[in-house]
Amino acid sequence: MSFLMLALDIMPKLLEGAVVTIELTIIAIIVGIFIGIPVAMGRVYGNKPVYAICTFFVEIIRGTPLLTQLFILYFGLPSVGIMLSPFIAAMIGLGINSAAYQAEYFRGAIQSVKKEQLIAAYSIGMNQMQAIRHIVLPQMFRLVIPSWSNELIYLLKYSSMAYMIQAPEIMSQGRLIASRNFRTFEVFIIVALIYLVLVSILSKILDMVENKFRIPGL
Amino acid sequence: MPNVILRAENVYKKYGKLEVLKGISFQVNQGETTVIIGPSGTGKSTLLTCINQLTPPDQGHIWLEDTEITHPNSDINMIRSSIGMVFQHFNLFTHLTVLDNVRIGLLVVKKTPMKEATEISMEKLNEVGLGDKINAYPAELSGGQQQRVSIARALAMNPKLILFDEPTSALDPELIGEVLNVMTKLAEIGMTMVVVSHEMGFARAVANDIIFMEKGIIVEEGKPDKMFNESENPRTREFLHKITELYGGKTE
Amino acid sequence: MDQINLIWQGLPSLLSGTLVTITLTIYFLALGFILGILLALGRVYGSNFLKLLIIRPFERFFRAVPALVLLFLFYFGSSFFQVEISAFMAAILAMGLRSAAYQSQIFRGAIQSIGEGQMKAARSIGMNIFQSIRYIILPQALRLSIPSWANEYAVVLKDSSLAYAVGVTELLRQGRYIVARTFGNALLIYTVCALIYFILVFVGNQTLKILEEKYKIPGYEIKTKKDQSVLERI
Repeated sequence: MSFLMLALDIMPKLLEGAVVTIELTIIAIIVGIFIGIPVAMGRVYGNKPVYAICTFFVEIIRGTPLLTQLFILYFGLPSVGIMLSPFIAAMIGLGINSAAYQAEYFRGAIQSVKKEQLIAAYSIGMNQMQAIRHIVLPQMFRLVIPSWSNELIYLLKYSSMAYMIQAPEIMSQGRLIASRNFRTFEVFIIVALIYLVLVSILSKILDMVENKFRIPGL
Repeated sequence: MPNVILRAENVYKKYGKLEVLKGISFQVNQGETTVIIGPSGTGKSTLLTCINQLTPPDQGHIWLEDTEITHPNSDINMIRSSIGMVFQHFNLFTHLTVLDNVRIGLLVVKKTPMKEATEISMEKLNEVGLGDKINAYPAELSGGQQQRVSIARALAMNPKLILFDEPTSALDPELIGEVLNVMTKLAEIGMTMVVVSHEMGFARAVANDIIFMEKGIIVEEGKPDKMFNESENPRTREFLHKITELYGGKTE
Repeated sequence: MDQINLIWQGLPSLLSGTLVTITLTIYFLALGFILGILLALGRVYGSNFLKLLIIRPFERFFRAVPALVLLFLFYFGSSFFQVEISAFMAAILAMGLRSAAYQSQIFRGAIQSIGEGQMKAARSIGMNIFQSIRYIILPQALRLSIPSWANEYAVVLKDSSLAYAVGVTELLRQGRYIVARTFGNALLIYTVCALIYFILVFVGNQTLKILEEKYKIPGYEIKTKKDQSVLERI
């Protein structure tokens, strides 16, 4: 059957996979935020031991391949008796990986809030906690949006690695289909196009978000 | 009969819908200095970049001595190496030392052998008073020094004509003098120059011809005496009055 | 204790895998570098036709499609188009072209950060466009690119592990073989692999840092471009 017919034929199954891809992406980015912000704060405001642990985490995760991290979680942990399902392992792996990168972006955003503003906050009587909460964090969230947008898109793309640990996302579906009809190249062209569409849509959305929340003048 | 180095005839240039030059014609004789004055945004810089074809004119002709610059078959790189240009923001090559900045045109464009290129470059750097800075990098020099290097860079190519595009506008006041002094010296030794500037003191003292441009046309043209004291056009008088208030009319 | 022994015995395989990883990385970066510079120059100085119909779609495609998909496309595509290429070659093409799309971004930013005054000055002393690019623009652009390029190096090195998926026997696959052969402690072995990657990334970054210091242009910094749409940045 022609390429177009093939595309229509396999689309439902592929879209099932795409849903899992999107799920993984969303969960991972959320995990990343919840771990990333504390780690970033640990690196900026923490004392020596806190800083050391956070830095260690960031350096190790960013210095090793995502694939290796996924392998450790999915193939490695069983050696010590922990068996994770592909989806859970992917979630944790992508989440932790994203956390390390997000920690750096948040750290950059925190540090670009000018020191003078903190000084001004202290001079009207705020303590460090209050200054961070009311002055630094609100700005951090707005300043981090460009880098964070990048991260979200990277996650969408790198979720494809979950295929390697057998998570049922779009790559796995594609491979499954290809193993039956042997039209691997064409199937993956379609997969590529789906990614293209997803990435384009996500980019447009993020562009709009960015424009809405941009701090005027910065 | 003086030799005409530069001749422009009916030059038109537009950027999008904006017509920046509307039929400019003038000429410059050998050894003379022409200063172009006028309000900002009237196309003075564009006129200069039309001459060395960085922004080719839409209509009109320009000649460098006997060669028509605007001719479609002209060898533009050859022509450019005979016309020097000094920019408002210096545009020195930041990754090269002062000596290399001056030398590179000779080495790459004129294919001059290294020894000769170095001699010429050293000579020009000494002429502008920077012989002791040959190994410095542009970012390590003051604005006035950078601009003088850029003049040396233009001189090294042995040009028939040097174009100056507001050479002192980006300089701190106390550095303007050193650059104008170099330019005055050049005029004295007979270099043909076209200078766009607000420095009225320089114009009065050094220019052989002053052109007042406004809104893309030449409003008035003449010798400094005439332009400053007996100008025919009220716009000229108005502009000169305003400018002299801002920039001062005395020579350094 | 015999786990350590296992690692010791597996070391030769791991080292050969590491060598393959390094080789892959070099090829990816080299292809990405050469093509990346051409793409960047094309986008800054090229005609609109070149820019819009060839370069931008290329960049968009290779940046939006995940590396793994690209690998598959080249690997399976070769048999589809009946061209015989090895998995190694497929990996190099896929990841090299992908790196080119990202490196072109880096170089373009650097070239634009230099400012058009440099090109104007070069042209005004009579250099043609090739001479201007070669002697004036590129030397500066390359220096300014080093920090971002260090990032690209790390990404490419880590992504080389994906070549596993098309059967290339790089470091990770060697790890897998050891686990399969010896029924060894998978956790330990993969952690060792991770460690080796880490060392490679670290050493590379340090080297690039030294290079950056050595070739720094005094007084210069790359200015980041604000107001870029998301699709331009990924």
